Formats: sequence, structure tokens, C-alpha cells
Amino acid sequence: MSETHAHTVAFVRETQLPQMDPPPGETGAVKWVRENLFSGWFNTIMTVISLYVIYRLAAGIFPWIVNGVWTADSIRECRTLIGDSGGGCFAVISERWQQMLFGFQYPSEQYWRPTVAFILLFVAVAPVLFTHLPRKLLIFTGIYPFLAFWLIWGGSILVPVLAAVGLIVGFLVFKWFERISFSAGLGTALLATILTWWIGGFITSAASGLLALEPVASRDMGGFMLNMILGTICVSLSLPIGIMLALGRQSHLPIVKWICVVFIEFVRGVPLITLLFVANVVLAYFFPPGTALDLILRVIIMITMFSSAYIAEVIRGALAALPRGQYEAADSLGLDYAQSMRLIILPQALKISIPGIVNVAVGLFKDTTLVSVISMFDLVGMIRGPILSSTDWAGVYWELWAFAAGLFFVVCYGISQYSQWLERKLQTGHR
Amino acid sequence: MTTISDPPRGSFNLSMLFNDTRYRSYTFQALALLALIVSFSYLGSNLAQNLREAGLNISYEFLGNPAGYDINQQPIPYNSQDTHLRASVVGAMNTLIVAFLACVTATVFGVIAGVLRLSNNWIVAKLMSVYVEIFRNIPVLIWLIIIFTITANIFPNISDYRGEDPERSLILGSMAFTNQGVFVPALIFESGGWAVFGVFVASVFGVFMVRRHARLKLFNEGKVVPILWPSLAVLILPTVIAYYALGRPIALDMPEMGRFRFEGGLQLRTSFIALWFALAIYTGAFIAENVRAGILAVSKGQTEAAAALGLRPRRIMNLVILPQALRVIIPPLISQYLNITKNSSLAIAVGYMDLTGTLGGITLNQTGRAIECVLLLMLFYLTFSLSIAAIMNVYNNKMKLKER
Repeated sequence: MSETHAHTVAFVRETQLPQMDPPPGETGAVKWVRENLFSGWFNTIMTVISLYVIYRLAAGIFPWIVNGVWTADSIRECRTLIGDSGGGCFAVISERWQQMLFGFQYPSEQYWRPTVAFILLFVAVAPVLFTHLPRKLLIFTGIYPFLAFWLIWGGSILVPVLAAVGLIVGFLVFKWFERISFSAGLGTALLATILTWWIGGFITSAASGLLALEPVASRDMGGFMLNMILGTICVSLSLPIGIMLALGRQSHLPIVKWICVVFIEFVRGVPLITLLFVANVVLAYFFPPGTALDLILRVIIMITMFSSAYIAEVIRGALAALPRGQYEAADSLGLDYAQSMRLIILPQALKISIPGIVNVAVGLFKDTTLVSVISMFDLVGMIRGPILSSTDWAGVYWELWAFAAGLFFVVCYGISQYSQWLERKLQTGHR
Repeated sequence: MTTISDPPRGSFNLSMLFNDTRYRSYTFQALALLALIVSFSYLGSNLAQNLREAGLNISYEFLGNPAGYDINQQPIPYNSQDTHLRASVVGAMNTLIVAFLACVTATVFGVIAGVLRLSNNWIVAKLMSVYVEIFRNIPVLIWLIIIFTITANIFPNISDYRGEDPERSLILGSMAFTNQGVFVPALIFESGGWAVFGVFVASVFGVFMVRRHARLKLFNEGKVVPILWPSLAVLILPTVIAYYALGRPIALDMPEMGRFRFEGGLQLRTSFIALWFALAIYTGAFIAENVRAGILAVSKGQTEAAAALGLRPRRIMNLVILPQALRVIIPPLISQYLNITKNSSLAIAVGYMDLTGTLGGITLNQTGRAIECVLLLMLFYLTFSLSIAAIMNVYNNKMKLKER
């Protein structure tokens, strides 16, 4: 301090002040609220409107759930129990949940079979979805389709076992003859498989009672189980078909390419409902006279066609996204077409197309509800048909549709979250 | 002169058809063609045999027969004595009406939700995520039925509007929400009404011309021409002048409560409202994701570069962000529009008489001509999708980034 200041300035602080906390409006929750919710007049209005919307939703839903009635015999009993409390009549769910899950014709003492098949589905799918699980689990994935068929449809265990044996024999023959050439392997493998199945036909008819579960006809399938069956079967069948279509569309052979393009564009250009109409009323005309195919089988054929076209487009995108150098590198190693696709191109293309395939799978799973339009009793068909038209429960809309919506939401949201997780994982892998 | 001799020809044997790359592609294509022909002729012969056994044939004569059923929404005059063909045309027009309205509404929902999902406002962003996730992950058929149930059960009964002292009165004196549909004023075109409409359409084109002029001015001369007021003037003034000059040829027909039901006005049926709204709100959730992805695809550097050049936030949005985001947004947007058109065939679940309800529903059941009906139905949707796809290809080629 200079002398002059000593006279003019009354006080000079010589020590530093301790650091103070920022003002209360600039820290923690208050600051966050001010910056995120009330940072301007427009933002404030939006916040108020959103809060009002949330309040209205909560005010409607909260008493509906809390005051809900879970045990009653009919909607009339429900109404007397609820009174004016605004509660929901959830008794219909506790009364009819088995019908909504399994349909109204599946024998009720056999419900454990589809349940076990459903739980095992997770075990079978896990090693495909999560690559860090032990690879030996893939063996179970291979067994699962046959096991699930046996559990859901019943009958002798010999049928799925021999079907699997036929495929295994075909695979071994293919491995053996592949040394000569790819096409020779494919031809002999086909022959061997068909031969095994033919012989197997005699064995199953000779010992049809071996380890037999009570057989359930396809037309007895219903409820959410039908949606799951259609979704799982059609997605898994359409994967190989979709890959073939995508490869065909990318190929240099004009006729093959032309066939694939026409098929894909045709299927993608029409709504699924028209294809289901085909399954319902037209497809039977195209089979040899006297063949009576199940409706469920015809629907599976059409939905598989539908989803394979969409999956083909996803995979085609992935094939086009691979750098040209990959194709050229495979060629320069001297690999033929089958080898280069199997060893170089497809592993990479499939890896980057997984999120797209998962999206198609979710869309397809949601679209399986459309089978209710051709009077199959899936979850939506069960609710609209037997349950809402019964005298006991006519008029219980919200609880039933909320249940259906909830089931679909859990499955689809779960799958889409997986897809997003995978996308993030793949992204970091590339950077 | 030099002559190039042919490559040495070895002796040809059959295995070369599979092993020699010169011939292999032809072999495979011939096999594929053969398989195609065989499978088609197999299916065809099955079809012919089945039809013969059932005593049927393929013929489109039924299209000329009287349909014999009513359609409750008629864009063109139709009665039950008209032909199946006319019923199908009415159905096709109903498909296009609901698809068009749903596309417009879905775009509005989608853009609002997509932009708000990126908002700084935490609550709004979360609310929009919840909307998108809930609507994307539940089948559109369930939404359709839920919304149909709301309109048919929650909306007030039509008798509430009746009597001396009704419980409810028309909203703004012109609209009524009832469980039999929504009643709105109808436009009545008198002579000259279409001229006014023509002027309006022309002025919409005029707005595009104004904007184009402004853009050229900006790009070529660097002059900023105001857009908003001139385009509003071009949009509104000529129509208003024509309206009064031609002696007010367009009138509003208000719905009024008669003795038992509403008379006059336009009735939008419950099934129509439900289908329209369900398609719009479901697809809106998908469009919201496309919009969000499109905006996020424009890198932050673009905004910062524009700001560094001294552009104001509005200009940054209009001149830098939007043109780049639209390039990403529009292709998936068009495929969502195609999805709406295809999903509008769900109309059959709520009884809206679109093409699937008329041709694929009642006509099919009455005439039993399953193959013909389904074929025509597919052809309609296929033509529509493929023509939109063709337009899209032209657009994509025009918008393609021109690199070097």
C-alpha cells in the first residue's frame, strides 16, 4: 500500500477471504431445474404442460390400478365391488389368463409343456445373442427346435429325433463329399437326408408310442403362445432364406438376380394382410389335390416369405456396405464363390446387419397379431373373440387390452434394448 | 496386320459345365430357370386341377355384376345396385383418403416428437421418449382396437345432443364428438367454387415459386429476400379476392341436430377416425425416430461453422441444418408413408370400407372369387408402392451428394 492511499482509503484487507459456496440458485438441484426446466418462457410453458399431462395420466391410472378388483366371477360382480372408486376389473385377467396365454383349446393339464419350451427358448437363444457365453451352449441351440416341437405338439419323441438324425447324416455326408466339390457335397447330402427320413418313417410308424406326449393339433394352438410360435419359427426360417435372396440379388447371374428382385419387390410391395388372405383362401389351390395343410402351416409359409424379403433387404444393405477390398481379397486368395461367401463376406455382413435383423424380427413379431383377421385365435383374436363376447366379461376393455399391450411391450422393448446395446458394442469395436 | 488367335481349345467334357468358370454361370442360370419353370408349371397344374375339380374358373366377369352391399363412406356416389368394380373403386379411394390424412398427421406428430425429444427440457424429452417407446413396441392392431374402443365407448352418446336443453352443445357451434363419429361442417361448392379452389392450388404453387426466387437471389446475388410475409400474401390474398369476386361460391354446411340425428355437415365415422388416428400416432413414433436421427446426423461442426460465419440461429437452421438433415430424413419418411398405406389394410379389423374391406372382404365372400380378388388387391398395393418407389429413386438421384 502506498502512502497516499493510506490517507484516502479507510480500510484495506490484507488477508484473502475464504472461498464461499456458490449462490444457492447456481448449484445442485435448483440449478439443474432452472437450466433444464425453466430456462425461458417457452421452456416454462412446455414444462407446465408436460407436468399437467403427467398429472392427468397418473390421476387416471393410479386409482385404476390401486382400487382394482382381482377376484370376481363376472363384470357385474366386479362393478358392485368397485363402486365409484374408479378401479379396474382385473378379475378378468386372473380368471382368463390361461386362455390368453395358451388359447382356449390347448389341454389345460399340458400347460407345462409350452411353458418349459418358452423358458428353454431363452437358454437356446442366449449363446446366439451374447458372444461371451460358452460356445458349447450352441449345441443346445441346435437341439432346441426339435425339443420345442416335441414339447408343444407332442407325439412320439422319435419324430423329432429322426428328423434331427436325418439332418446330422446329411451334414456328415456333406463334409465327406465336400472334398470333391461343393455341389457334389450338397447333392449327396440332400439324398442322404431324404433317405434317412424315408427309413425313419418306418421306424416311427413301428414304434409310435415311444416316450409319447399327448399330441396336440395345430388348430388348438392359440393365445400369446401362437404369437410366440409364429414369431420364432418365421424369423428363424426366414434367416437362411433371406441370406440366399440377398446373395441372389447381389449376384452377377442375371436370371438368378432377376428372380430374387421380383420376389423381394413383390413381397415388400403388398401388405401382410393380403398374404394372409392368400394363406387363408388361395394357397390351398396350389397344393396337389387331397393335401390338407393346416391353416397354421400355410400362415407360417406366407409369413416366412414376407419376413425373408425384409431380412434379405437388410442383409443386402450390409453386403453393399462391406468395402470392395474384402471381395477382391477373397478372390485373390483363390477361394471359390461358396468359400469366399462363407468364410469372408457373410461373417462380416451378418455381424453388421444384426441390429437391422432384430428390427425386422420385432416388426414381424408385432405383425403376427394380424392373424386374428383371418379368424385365428392369437392373443388379439382370443380377446376380441371368446373373452369379450362371453356374457361374463363383455365390456371389460381396458384391462384386457392393457394386458395384451403389456405383454407385447415387454417382449418388443426387451429385444429393441438388446439391439441398441449390440449396436453400441459393435460401434466401439470399429473405432 | 496381326491376328489374334483364339485361346487353345481343349476337348469339351460335361464336367466342365460345373467346374469351368467359363460355363459354370450359364449352367447355374439354366438350372435356376429350369427349377423356376418346373415349380411354376407344377403349381399351375395343381391350380388347374383343383379348379376343375371344384368346378371353378378364373374370370373377372363378376366385377360387372351388381355388388348388392352398401358402403358407409362414399367419396363418389355409390349405391348397392352399382357394380363390384365401382365398389372396389370406392374402396380404393377410401384407402387413399385415410392413407393421405394419416401421412400428413403422422408427419406432424413425428416432427414434433422428434424435435422435442432432443429438447433441453428434461421432462419434455423424457415424455417424448416414453411416447415413442410405448407406441413403437405395441402392435398397431392393438392400438387400432384401443382407439376404436375409445371412440365407440368413451365419446358421448348422440342423444346427449338432443332435446330442448341438451347436455352437450356443439363445439364452436360446428363440431360434435359422438360415439357414432365426429360431425364437422361440410364444404359445399356452388358454381364457381371449383374456380376458387383452383386459385388456391395455383397460389400454393406460387408460394413455392416465391421461395425458389428468394433462394436463387440468395445464392446468386447474396441478397436476403424476406420470405414469410410475401409467401403468406401469395397464399391467402388471391384466394380471398377470388372468393369474394365470384360471389362467395363456397359455403359451409353446419351439422345441426334434427329430431333423431344430425342433419347436414359431414360425418366422420368412428372406424375412419380410429384408423386415421391409430395409423398417425403409431407411425408418428417411427417418424420421430427418423427425424431425431436426421438431426443428429448433421455434425455439430456444421452448426459451429455456420455460427462462426456470423449466421443467426434461424438462418443456421434454415440454410445449414435442415437441408442436410432432410437428405437423411426423407427416404425413411417415404418408406413410412408406404407402411401407412399398407397398414391401412387393417381397416378390415374395425369395419372401415377400404379396398381390403370391399374387394378383399365383402366382394370376395359374396362371389367366392378368392384368387381374382386377392390378385387384384395385391396388384393395387403393388402398383402404388412401386410407383412411389420409382419417384423416390428419381428424388434420391437428384439429392445424392455430388462428390468430385
